[in-house]
Amino acid sequence: MDQLLQHLLNALILGSTYALLGIGLTFIFGIMRVVNFAHGELYTFGAYMVYLFSVLLGVNFLLSIVIAIVLGIMLGALLEWVLLSRLRGADIDTTMLVMIGAWIIMQNAEQLIWSGVAKSIPMPFPEEPLSVGGVSVAWSRVFVFAVAILLIVGSQTLIQRTRLGKAMRATFQDRDTASLMGININMIYLATFALGSGLAAAAGALLGPIFIVMPTMGNLAVVKAFAIVILGGLGNMKGAALGGFVLALVEELGAGYISSGYRDAMGFLLIILVLMVKPTGLFARTERIG
Amino acid sequence: MNTLAKWLIVAFLVTVPLWLGNQYQYHVLIMMGIFTIGAMSLNLLLGYTGQLSLGHVAFFGIGAYTSSLVSLGFDLQLTDSYTFVVEPKPVWFAFFCALIVSGLCGWFVGKLSFRVRGAYFVIVTISFAEVVRLVALNWVDLTEGPMALNNIPPLASGVPWMEAGALSRRVANYYMVLAVGLVAFLIIQRLVQSRVGRAMIALRENESLAKSVGVDVTRYLVLAAITSAAIAGAAGALYAHYVRIVDPDVFLFIYTVTMVIMVISGGKGTLAGPLVGGLIFGILPELTRGHMLPEVQWIVYGALMILIVFFLPQGIVPAVQRGWATWQKRRDQSARDTSASNGRRQEVAR
Repeated sequence: MDQLLQHLLNALILGSTYALLGIGLTFIFGIMRVVNFAHGELYTFGAYMVYLFSVLLGVNFLLSIVIAIVLGIMLGALLEWVLLSRLRGADIDTTMLVMIGAWIIMQNAEQLIWSGVAKSIPMPFPEEPLSVGGVSVAWSRVFVFAVAILLIVGSQTLIQRTRLGKAMRATFQDRDTASLMGININMIYLATFALGSGLAAAAGALLGPIFIVMPTMGNLAVVKAFAIVILGGLGNMKGAALGGFVLALVEELGAGYISSGYRDAMGFLLIILVLMVKPTGLFARTERIG
Repeated sequence: MNTLAKWLIVAFLVTVPLWLGNQYQYHVLIMMGIFTIGAMSLNLLLGYTGQLSLGHVAFFGIGAYTSSLVSLGFDLQLTDSYTFVVEPKPVWFAFFCALIVSGLCGWFVGKLSFRVRGAYFVIVTISFAEVVRLVALNWVDLTEGPMALNNIPPLASGVPWMEAGALSRRVANYYMVLAVGLVAFLIIQRLVQSRVGRAMIALRENESLAKSVGVDVTRYLVLAAITSAAIAGAAGALYAHYVRIVDPDVFLFIYTVTMVIMVISGGKGTLAGPLVGGLIFGILPELTRGHMLPEVQWIVYGALMILIVFFLPQGIVPAVQRGWATWQKRRDQSARDTSASNGRRQEVAR
């Protein structure tokens, strides 16, 4: 029983960062119709920026996370401006290929700059784990969970409550009408991609210190993000948040009770299963495809 | 491309060993051939049915593993009392097993993933490749996992005059790859120029329209997937018996990307496209090897991919064809103009 509780707790914490990844990706897909293969590289970028600032430059750990997120947003905006703004109206395969190109470039640039050796980032939290009724959890994980939930709620508020969010939702519903109402679509796309990238960088900045940081860490992250988004239904933000937790739960239980070697396979099996049974995603009621 | 040009190219490829003496050059040619066969098979799906499969390397890897396992022999403990034992088999037999097994996987994946389209399809295919890679990594009893399958018999084993030196082995491998490539090319050509191919192109262009005139979409998609997977499996088997060591890294996503780049740059949906793309991206890494780090090389790959999508979205072959057509039209036009003006001059003279 304790073991199960521990698994559930771990899943909750891991799920919060997965949700961040998934929300960013689904956000970009929902509004821009871009399958962002570079998402995992933004995740890696976030982790390396925390390494750069907190370990190499000695900046305060919390501040480095903030810097990493801001830089992630800027890198996202740059990618959008350089690559995607030229491809408005191109079909989904075209943008996908361009993003795969961007992914290859970014990953190898990271390899070149940081070398393939894994880096670890120390966290300024007490070694002693927090124990509550038979289950224990490291303080660093509590911190990650708190920040992730904060960011999820924050981005949700941004979309639901602000003017920018309203414009984004309008663009999501109907691009042409939104444009006719005076919404600057190009700005919305830029903001969308930047925000989505920022969330990916945040996920990397939070998970990097817990695991290890290496140039290929984005590869699994990007396919996991896809899995999450498929679970929730492409373009569905609440679905992506839930999907993150579901994936983490399946992985955690699969690793705990079936085989840890197949931990990362669980997500993919889940994708295949979901697409066989309910291709529109688990939590989607209505969805706009194409 | 006319028939004469085709025969010239084949004749050229067949006579390559006459003027090539260097082992390294053979190696480059063989690897290029293997990946070009992979690209050709991907083109059938991507170019003719319009489905971007990013898990294509799965079939390549399945072919490689099947052929190596059958030629090495393996045992599989199914229950406590019953063990399924396969004695080492000759290489040609293993090669056909690889074709069949990867074709079956193509059927399975096709049945499964053609329920969805677009981004969903892409993601299912990636997931499939990743699952297969993780199985190869973790099922150590069968695949040796990260320790890799070693000492895979070479393709030409059993043919006495080919076992002598390393060079002649490479020559043998070269001809094997060439033969498989030619057969694969002919199969794909026959397929796409037949009724089946027209159905595939029809559903690429407009699926609902194709359906409305009675094209059984799923059937043709699955047929394309099976053919494509079997050819990719053949490429994988060639790879396994040439390199003679297979580990889970054959499933790396980057190999799929290589094949996609070859198809896209050459021109998807053209028969010559993957050949041109394979030639360029097979030679390019070798030319740049001495001058740049592998990472830089990959960065160049990625950049080229973006540039091609931006500036040559149809690929090189269609662009050349179009250029050739306009040039010819202009030439005919000017010829007609001169003859017309000559005619007028004659009238004036009269």
